[in-house]
Amino acid sequence: MSPELRDTLTEALQQVQGFIYPNELNLVWSVVIVVYPYLTGLVAGAFIMASLVRVFHVKALGPIYRLSLLTALAFLLIAPLPLLTHLGHPERCLEIMMTPHLTSPMAIFGFVYAWYLMAVLLLELWFDYRRDFVVWSRTEKGWKGLLYRCLTLGVMDVSDPALRLDHRMGNIITVVGIPSAFLLHGYVGFIFGSIKANPWWGTVLMPIIFIFSAMVSGIALVLFMYLCVSSFRKVPLNRPCLETIGQFLFYALVLDASLETLDWVHRLYEAEESIGVLVLLASGKLFYTFILVQVFLGTVVPLVLLGAMQVWKDRPNEHVRRDLYFLSSILVMIGIFAMRWNVVIGGQLFSKSLRGFTTYKLELIGQEGLFMSVALLALPFIILSVMLKLFLPPSHMSPPDPPPGE
Amino acid sequence: MKNRAVSRRRMLGTIAKATVGVWAFCVTRPARAVAEATKELVQKSAAAGAVPGDYDPTAHSWRMMIDIEKCIGCGLCAEACKKENKVPLKPCYFRTWIERYIIKRAEPGSDDARGRTVVDSPNGGIGGFPPTAVPKEEILKSFFVPKQCNHCANSPCDQACPVGATFSTPDGVVLVDPKYCIGCCFCIHSCPYGCRFLDPTTRTVNKCSLCYHRITRGLKTACTEVCPTGARAIGDLKNLAPGDPVQVFLEKNKVQVLKPHLGTHPRMLYAGLDKEVG
Repeated sequence: MSPELRDTLTEALQQVQGFIYPNELNLVWSVVIVVYPYLTGLVAGAFIMASLVRVFHVKALGPIYRLSLLTALAFLLIAPLPLLTHLGHPERCLEIMMTPHLTSPMAIFGFVYAWYLMAVLLLELWFDYRRDFVVWSRTEKGWKGLLYRCLTLGVMDVSDPALRLDHRMGNIITVVGIPSAFLLHGYVGFIFGSIKANPWWGTVLMPIIFIFSAMVSGIALVLFMYLCVSSFRKVPLNRPCLETIGQFLFYALVLDASLETLDWVHRLYEAEESIGVLVLLASGKLFYTFILVQVFLGTVVPLVLLGAMQVWKDRPNEHVRRDLYFLSSILVMIGIFAMRWNVVIGGQLFSKSLRGFTTYKLELIGQEGLFMSVALLALPFIILSVMLKLFLPPSHMSPPDPPPGE
Repeated sequence: MKNRAVSRRRMLGTIAKATVGVWAFCVTRPARAVAEATKELVQKSAAAGAVPGDYDPTAHSWRMMIDIEKCIGCGLCAEACKKENKVPLKPCYFRTWIERYIIKRAEPGSDDARGRTVVDSPNGGIGGFPPTAVPKEEILKSFFVPKQCNHCANSPCDQACPVGATFSTPDGVVLVDPKYCIGCCFCIHSCPYGCRFLDPTTRTVNKCSLCYHRITRGLKTACTEVCPTGARAIGDLKNLAPGDPVQVFLEKNKVQVLKPHLGTHPRMLYAGLDKEVG
């Protein structure tokens, strides 16, 4: 063995505990793959919030209806980027859609994504906004007027029957959109859950856990955005709306935490061959991100805060409650990010020989580094702020009023 | 009214038939083309290398056998594989490697039949294994296990590849087409045996091809060729000669596969596997 190779080997062995298969030394799915399910989860969750208003007639959530839809769109537009930055050959990415291998859950991604973007979100937003586009295209001048005119797609009819059709179409699309949102994120969970080679991932609960964690993170994001937008625009908060979001966040978090607990109870009770290495993983390599961030900061603390606010409806005062909701939303979003981290990175830290661990070194710069991930997480917020400027004047926070006759 | 109803029904029937026809055309056409395409793929794909034009993959069925009792851990197979297939030299890229298992004696007074198992594979076993740090008197037994792609009949990597860059050939080999692989690495995670890696030079997934460019020419795989003890044997189940090493192996040994509970149906057969090997 050459001295150079020997040095490399010595260095490599330092990042290994126990025995791993030699090819497992480097993690092939990096932090950008953590960002990907995080983003799609936020999309699905935000859409569910909008559907609560439209389909389930939760009137109190009216003020965040359009905000939720725009949030979902901004995040969905960026969702495939982490995958692209990760691919060894991004220039071949369209092969997934042109020549899909239909037994692969990953091949279905292109179709689920396209369906959700084209058939659900864009269509729904278009029907919701068509009347506004027509009105704005007449009132606005310059490039904004031109933009709104283009967005009408030439349909300038704002008669009552046309608006009734818009409204009905919006309802139909939302009804179709709810299972689609579940499909979008459930499918991401299935990508992990279907890998029988990896006991940390390969559980039937994985898609369900992903769906509920998506709802939790999406609701938290909408809550966060609502508080930010209101504060930034100096618009008074709608108290019932805030309290209702808080309520839904609490219920979703209870369900999500229960499912995750069930997963662990099931694993510990069955105590299969892999349980030893998984317990070591959770309590060792993932101690900070799992026990501390995901379980304690991201679940227990917000559960206590949100739970307490459900019990005491009038105390503390409004300002403190707002701050506590703000804090809870941030904690929950961090907690769900930690959950994605623990799934994606955690699942690669232990060897499939179940005899040892490797180490993940997070790069700072580079295609799959920390800065890239931060950029990918910041980008949807930038897009969203532009969208809010263009499409969400303070008077348009509520859903479009049903036209006469509906 | 009646005529109208009939004509509508007829029209619906015609539409249904046309739909079924179009659907059948769309579905069965590619299905019919699959067999031909696979054969063509095998012959043309870069993964297969320059396969001889007269090689018919449907007339062969390749199997590799490994006799653990015969392996001495010299590492020549792993070294030959790297040279033959231009595998990156860094110690984290292997198409084949050797693991050393050292099973310790049970602790005095313990109820266990055997003690802890220590496994290592420094540089995949290339250059042989250094003396172990486990004191000799503590060792109950030790042995070497060569590993590589199991070319599973129910291959999870083939199933997982989103573009079909990983595919199974009719002669029982799982190959990767580097000109088609998008480098998503889903297959690496799907493989329970840790046999795949992302080749840093091509940014595509790489793994054992069972030396397809050699076996299709009647040669042995590089690892089998250099094995000094005959621990490895490769054979063609559809063309077994009398006294073929594979036939002898199957007749003499009780065979086992790795991780049989996962249902991958590996085509790599082992003799003398210990329960500790995973």
